[in-house]
Amino acid sequence: MSFKEIYNQYSWDEVKESIYDKTSHDVEMALSSHHRTLEDFKALISPAAAPYLEEMAQLSHQLTQKRFGNTIQMYAPIYLSNVCTNFCTYCGFNFDNKIKRKTLTPDEISLEIAEIKKQGFNHILLVTGEAKQVVHIDYFKEAIEIIKPHFANISIEVQPLDQDEYEELKQAGIYAVLVYQETYHKEKYPEYHPKGKKANFDYRLETPDRAGKAGMHKIGVGVLLGLEEWRTDSFFCALHLDYLQKKYWQTKYSVSFPRIRPAEGVAPPNVVVSDRELVQLICAYRLMYEDVELSMSTRESEQFRNNIIKLGVTSMSAGSKTNPGGYTVDPESLEQFAISDERSAPQMAEFISGINYEPVWKDWDKSFI
Amino acid sequence: MNKLKIAGKEFHSRLFLGTGKFGSPKLMEDAVLASGSEMVTVALKRIDMETNTDGLLSHLQYPHINLLPNTSGARNAKEAIFAAQLAREALETNWLKLEIHPDPRYLMPDPVETLIACEELARLGFVVLPYIHADPVLCKRLENAGTAAVMPLGSTIGSNKGLRTIDFLEIIIEQSNVPVIIDAGIGSPSDAAKAMEIGADAVLVNTAIAVAGNPVEMARAFSLAVEAGRMAYMARLATTKRTAEASSPLTAFLD
Repeated sequence: MSFKEIYNQYSWDEVKESIYDKTSHDVEMALSSHHRTLEDFKALISPAAAPYLEEMAQLSHQLTQKRFGNTIQMYAPIYLSNVCTNFCTYCGFNFDNKIKRKTLTPDEISLEIAEIKKQGFNHILLVTGEAKQVVHIDYFKEAIEIIKPHFANISIEVQPLDQDEYEELKQAGIYAVLVYQETYHKEKYPEYHPKGKKANFDYRLETPDRAGKAGMHKIGVGVLLGLEEWRTDSFFCALHLDYLQKKYWQTKYSVSFPRIRPAEGVAPPNVVVSDRELVQLICAYRLMYEDVELSMSTRESEQFRNNIIKLGVTSMSAGSKTNPGGYTVDPESLEQFAISDERSAPQMAEFISGINYEPVWKDWDKSFI
Repeated sequence: MNKLKIAGKEFHSRLFLGTGKFGSPKLMEDAVLASGSEMVTVALKRIDMETNTDGLLSHLQYPHINLLPNTSGARNAKEAIFAAQLAREALETNWLKLEIHPDPRYLMPDPVETLIACEELARLGFVVLPYIHADPVLCKRLENAGTAAVMPLGSTIGSNKGLRTIDFLEIIIEQSNVPVIIDAGIGSPSDAAKAMEIGADAVLVNTAIAVAGNPVEMARAFSLAVEAGRMAYMARLATTKRTAEASSPLTAFLD
């Protein structure tokens, strides 16, 4: 059974209603449980859990510390291309947006990674838009060949691929595939993805299955916060994670929490997720999944990121550029979204050390691929 | 007190330490020193062999401290063997903590792959200390394969739940011809003392020290507990009794 079949057994409206029906009693049961279920997760992300935020934060801190210690994994994204044939209404790279398009050449990749490496990074995330004519499997493999000698851990956040392509990329040295459903609201999904390959909801939904079958070491899932009602969307994401953990039990998982940020040529968020709500969501994930990596990008503000370190997050980017060539080749090209925390990696590391956490630069070895 | 001996090497301390999860390399160093440990594990995946600017290793440069590289991250025997060879080159030691956990969630060791890797690594001249489930038969199989010690778990890694596998640990200790080092799950000094009281040769602790309120003090507490537990084991514990001694014994008529 693939996730699509499980997903089809649920109704968005019923799930939403059941989340909003949760009571403080449900929340207390969830907090005291040793083996939390998806019903507990619903309670923890429900409005009824709002008064329990401090308790959730304390628990989340303890669980994270037990599993991950006082450490934060550091990573940097490298945007290889902003060419994109999709029409995502929330994204600066969408096809309709008349911007200068750029795809890094091998020489430019070398220049960019030298700059990233200089900042101290050893884990890198390759990001592109979706344009199979330009950024295809051979392009990725060429990029990996250039990057691999210099980084211990390489992940990708690119268009969904087929299983055999994931197998090839794993072989080439890819550790993780990050692919966010954006929204699990199937009826609303076409409004945000009207045309292009990404308009195919089911193909995207089954992407983690294909990555899992290919034996990827890690799969990252998430919801783009700001599109649809976030509690319901997050429940579906947890349902997805639950399924994946049981089925592809040799794979690690991570969850990211991108909140829509302003970008050129895109509409403002449809729903606003407040800081308190985002903290609640992060803590709920930690209480539900003690072992899952929770990741926080530079979309969030300096102040928010500083404080979230002790609340469940385990990996962070820093000094990120979200435009191809942004580190050195072409700093003025259009970024995918405006970053909020503009500190450099050494500055971020200094902050982390200052609160008695260790920034971890290397926690993987190429020999395991 | 008699010394622990593994593969011909003597250890004064029966407390081994893991080096992950500390808030800083300096804190890790201070805790290791306070513990008196002479054997610390280092994850190969954390070591930056290319730049040699690794934060961990530079804090472990003491003559009395032996490094025990581990293969954490390996999902099968093939990856573990490859990682072992890299570790041998990087750290210039043929000692190895063999860890193969294909399950990233509970980090449960794979008994089949561990046995395969152990056979090969022993053949390649490694001093292998495998992390395994508390499985007495597997321990004997590993012993036959040439392992230098066995490292059965007390409970899941990082759980701090203590000796949940104690019944099997006791069988392992009873049957083993190689040192038994209880690894994983030891959450408090009393757990460590208990492990030593039942006859473990050593214990390995990481999370319980690294994330303690004061890791340095906790390292010292573990050191004392391990010593006390070993001393108690050597002194032979008084037997426990489930019933009180009857004032009118049933067999008195025989006197």
